[in-house]
Amino acid sequence: MCGIVGLFLKNEGLRPKLGDMLTDMLITMTDRGPDSAGIAIYGDEAGALKMTVQSDTPDATFHGLDVALSHALEGPVNMRVIDTHAVLTLPEGTEAQARAFMVEKGIRIMGAGHSMEIFKEVGLPKDVAARFHLRQMGGSHGIGHTRMATESAVTTMGAHPFSTGDDQCLVHNGSLSNHNAMRRVLTEKGFAPQTHNDTEVAACYISSRLAEGANLGEALEGTLDDLDGFFTFVVGTKNGFGVVRDPIACKPAVMAETEDYVAFGSEYRALANLPGIETARVWEPEPATVYFWER
Amino acid sequence: MQSIDLATTPLRELNSALQAQAALTNQTEWEILNPKGAHAIAVGLDAPIEVTVKGSTGYYCAGMNKQATVKVTGSAGPGVAENMMSGTVIIDGDASQYAGATGHGGLLVIKGNASSRCGISMKGIDIVVHGNIGHMSAFMAQSGNLVVLGDAGDALGDSLYEARLFVRGSVKSLGSDCIEKEMRPEHVEILRDLLDRAGADADPSEFKRYGSARKLYNFHVDHAGAY
Repeated sequence: MCGIVGLFLKNEGLRPKLGDMLTDMLITMTDRGPDSAGIAIYGDEAGALKMTVQSDTPDATFHGLDVALSHALEGPVNMRVIDTHAVLTLPEGTEAQARAFMVEKGIRIMGAGHSMEIFKEVGLPKDVAARFHLRQMGGSHGIGHTRMATESAVTTMGAHPFSTGDDQCLVHNGSLSNHNAMRRVLTEKGFAPQTHNDTEVAACYISSRLAEGANLGEALEGTLDDLDGFFTFVVGTKNGFGVVRDPIACKPAVMAETEDYVAFGSEYRALANLPGIETARVWEPEPATVYFWER
Repeated sequence: MQSIDLATTPLRELNSALQAQAALTNQTEWEILNPKGAHAIAVGLDAPIEVTVKGSTGYYCAGMNKQATVKVTGSAGPGVAENMMSGTVIIDGDASQYAGATGHGGLLVIKGNASSRCGISMKGIDIVVHGNIGHMSAFMAQSGNLVVLGDAGDALGDSLYEARLFVRGSVKSLGSDCIEKEMRPEHVEILRDLLDRAGADADPSEFKRYGSARKLYNFHVDHAGAY
């Protein structure tokens, strides 16, 4: 069991409230996943590349990190530290170099992109949300996850969302049974998962398909052919938001759409306090059917 | 009418109050406000009371129901009326997966659609769905009637025992050992009665009946592939 929430705003006026709305949804899903929680939030584009990194010793690790990285990349670096995470703004074209720098320093990379920031930690969703001040965050869309671990350890790196491509993230409720075979295929393609987690394999799969030129809908369609197991996936990209469930569809899912937003919840409880939910179109996504929205 | 607001009353208090109603109670009408998708609302009732839930419910609403009438004005989450023994449960909206699972008796009416595994392992319950039902519905259904005014998904009635399935629309595929059967006058009567009781305006002659081919009851080597 895990909990998934997602919100894709159509009404720009709601953007300052995205974090607040998502936080309530996330906390409602605590009893589906009390092990760890995470959120990917798509905010305003900084006009530059952003990288979210994590350290268990943030005070020591992040002290002077921006200066050191700025020297290494030979360009300006800005840093915003939030609890165990730091969001770094980097010069264009330096992502590979920055990633190598982080690996060398033993700093964990949560994700990168021009819009997306990722915050995830072990602990109850309400505590994780408070540590990162999720309520204060705004943006165009976001995806959150509460984890009840089955396939790998309860760690920061095992928490969802997983990001395996720029501005891409994926969360999962379920368990995959062919992830080891798929891990080898993806590694050969240059999309090697960094953890032992099955969900990261699905994230790498989506990233590989997008890199090959598929659109979000086609990449999600591909999971039905190539991934075996139980899954409800919710995927975010810079401009998009997608949902797919496996053909057996025993992992629950509810969606709601109004003129203002498209919302996803593992249960209706997560959607029950959204504005206008009484008159929203509320439905259960069909098995083996891809849903996606792009702006 | 007794009114209980779940925004201010804990769920256990609500269920305790409903479960405490005796056969001759004079508190026969109950209204539950602000369900907001909570789980296990109005479960284990055993008195002839009428409970209206104003909104949508989460997992296992009206489970194990006896005698009571439970109405949900919104939609219901997974396992609504699971293991119902008697009474009536009416869902104005849609029902999620395994609605009416393992039910022994009573009537479950879903005015919208039901998703996968509707009536799985039903054991005497009657289920009337005004819309469509999802895949693997009536899997291993043992007795009772499942009536669908819309369409049925894949693998309807897989490994069916003696439940009767009536579908007005299309059936995407039949499960193992489930076959279309002749609609005899006694079936038309059963169906007419169920449609009346479920407030469904439909002509019994438009339905097809499906049931067990009874070939999986005993092992037969020729059917090994079907097990």
